[in-house]
Amino acid sequence: MMGTIWFCLVALMIAMYVVLDGFDLGAGAIHLFVARTDEERRLVIRSIGPVWDGNEVWLLAAGGTLYFAFPALYASAFSGFYLPLMIVLWLLILRGISIEFRGQVESPVWFRFWDVVFAGSSLLLAIFYGAALANVVRGVPLDDKGYFFEALWTNFRLGPDTGILDWYTILVGIAALVTLALHGALWLALKTGGAVHDRAQRLARSLWWAVLAFTILVTAVTFAVQPHVPGNLVDHPWGYIFPALACAGLAGMEWFILKKDDFKSFLSSCAYLLGMLTSVVFGLYPLILPASANPAYSLTVSNSEAGNYGLRVGLVWWIIGMILVTGYSVYVYGSFAGKVSLEGGDETY
Amino acid sequence: MSEALTVDRLHFAFTVTYHYLFPQLTMGLALLILILKTLALRTGNEHYNRAARFWAKVFAINFAMGVVTGIPMEFQFGTNWAAFSKVAGGVIGQTLAMEGVFSFFLESSFLGLLLFGEKRLGRKGHWFSALMVFLGSWLSGYLIVATNAWMQHPVAYAIGPNGELSLTSFWGLLLNHWALWQYAHTMCGAVITGTFAMAALGAFYLLVGRHDDYGRTFVRVGVIVGVFATIMQLFPTGDGQGQMLAQNQPVTLAAMEGLFHTQAGAPIALIGQPDMRKKRLDNPLEVPRALSFLTYRRWESTVKGLDAFPQKLWPDNVPIVYFSYHIMVGLGTIFILIMGLAAWMLWRGTLFTFRPMLWALMLSLPFPYIANTAGWMTAETGRQPWIIYGLMRTAAGVSPQVSSGNVWFTLLGFMGIYTLLSILFLLLIYRVVERGPETLKTTPQPAHGGDAAR
Repeated sequence: MMGTIWFCLVALMIAMYVVLDGFDLGAGAIHLFVARTDEERRLVIRSIGPVWDGNEVWLLAAGGTLYFAFPALYASAFSGFYLPLMIVLWLLILRGISIEFRGQVESPVWFRFWDVVFAGSSLLLAIFYGAALANVVRGVPLDDKGYFFEALWTNFRLGPDTGILDWYTILVGIAALVTLALHGALWLALKTGGAVHDRAQRLARSLWWAVLAFTILVTAVTFAVQPHVPGNLVDHPWGYIFPALACAGLAGMEWFILKKDDFKSFLSSCAYLLGMLTSVVFGLYPLILPASANPAYSLTVSNSEAGNYGLRVGLVWWIIGMILVTGYSVYVYGSFAGKVSLEGGDETY
Repeated sequence: MSEALTVDRLHFAFTVTYHYLFPQLTMGLALLILILKTLALRTGNEHYNRAARFWAKVFAINFAMGVVTGIPMEFQFGTNWAAFSKVAGGVIGQTLAMEGVFSFFLESSFLGLLLFGEKRLGRKGHWFSALMVFLGSWLSGYLIVATNAWMQHPVAYAIGPNGELSLTSFWGLLLNHWALWQYAHTMCGAVITGTFAMAALGAFYLLVGRHDDYGRTFVRVGVIVGVFATIMQLFPTGDGQGQMLAQNQPVTLAAMEGLFHTQAGAPIALIGQPDMRKKRLDNPLEVPRALSFLTYRRWESTVKGLDAFPQKLWPDNVPIVYFSYHIMVGLGTIFILIMGLAAWMLWRGTLFTFRPMLWALMLSLPFPYIANTAGWMTAETGRQPWIIYGLMRTAAGVSPQVSSGNVWFTLLGFMGIYTLLSILFLLLIYRVVERGPETLKTTPQPAHGGDAAR
């Protein structure tokens, strides 16, 4: 019971991370296309400047909570995904400093360098996150002790000797990039004005069709790769609310994009991301990390959860903590409401 | 045992040593910025506000470095030390998760307000955000020290059927008496780094004759807080830490002191080189009976030497334990002398014009960093060969499936990225110091990002 509660809470924290850091990653991925001049690019940086760091805290907090609630899973997944995680860390470092250090030296060469680092690291992170999710869905070669190690790639095929990258995980990686790029474009449409706003809106309109195509394709392929996912939906039909949320989000996006309602189209994109992620999580339960070779070695909620006492105590402080976090977030986003401009303010990105 | 053990240890040692260069300053500065903001609030003097704004910029750069180098620390528990994490996660997962939920959100939200919200928040609101940043960073320090303290002195756990540990008492873990002493000692160390940095920069401004007002404020605040912190670092916090070692890790204490043979009226070695083959200290300069007195408060007490323990329980590198401890204590003593002398001259009113003392304050800047690093090296190498003292060997904690080649790859990658970070960091700090505190106004900055701290 405790394990299931924490499974939902960790999934919620990861979903919060994807929805929040997703828009600044997506904005980074399209940075070089939607913003052409230095002023426009500074506008993009300003639109995420005060919030990206707080968004990234969700990743840390989710990681810490995963460690606390499912230590066996943390140990297995983090050592098994050793190389991609380290590469993600390096990309996060490069991306963080490109946002913070871009404005420090007044030189076109300096700006150009950090703009490319910012865009490149954002783009690669989006692909890696998609591939990571696909690895979890597809399953990994867990051994009888609950460990595995995956090379970055082997023969790009599914089978007993998979790498982090194979055709399926690359496909999901690209789908994630397109999805987050749309999410980021809608954020920029919401937060900026002028040429950046218009380009972001136009880009969102074409990206929506790509997202629609990838959603259908990835869903179909996933059902074939991991039969557990459609199985759960058939066995527990109430779970259709999650894919329904995703569909509503997807439809809402197009509706509000066409109506040029930037705020509601961004919210629809949030709903779409939440719906997709919760669908995957619901489809996997009670598996947390399926074993590709021998299903008996799969890590599940019950064989990787921490001790009951610790999980119960954790529930108390977690709830208190989240109430505080909600308070700070409302305040920070509230004090940063409205469109950003290059004039004035204390913000100096 | 994994072939990767040595590289895994190097990996963690390198990344954590580099990481801790930044939090030790930010935790110290958080207190000093709060003091400056409090002075501004109580005196109504804008000078202190500008001083606080200047240090907030230095803080922000160091904080960003601390964040980006800190994320790899949390990840490494799983990536490189999976077997340890599987066993210990049921206990220390509590403190690590709480750090994320309570400290990181608090810090990241209020730091933004501290840096950019001065006009919007007003005087009291801005003071409040300084307080919150201080609480967030000191809470983060506590939760991490509590995690380390549990590895030094495991409490409040039960061993499960598969060897996994689970928590039996939340408050037992949080109020581990080892954590309380270690925290006091660690935070004093951080305040020492902060005060020396503030005093050193103030001394620099006075020596070159720029921003004299601020130079005097920085030296005054740095020295007054510093004299307390340096004394408390020795007593009671350092002493308390030593007492705990004597009770719970006597073999570590023997290695730190270079005491090879059990003896009554044991001397304390000030200088000397451990000779591991002959099991003695070469060229020792000793104070007779002092170790017995410091450890047990009696000159004639018997202190256990390394020979009282089987060699497989000794720290696996006694000279590193010995030297890092002696460097820490030696520097700590010199800090008391420097800060004590400076405080006395400040009281007499001669400090700001006596250039040799200003030179000494300026040049002492690197040494608190060395002392703090040496202190942590003492704690971590002294705990060996255990990853959880008395419960789990370090060799048993590494990730079973991660080969040494992959660990080398990422270690070298981190070295490359941290070299780049170091260059950028020094460039940015140089620019902040070069501009000085006077250029920072509350009026809006020019729209281009050139004047930003973030």
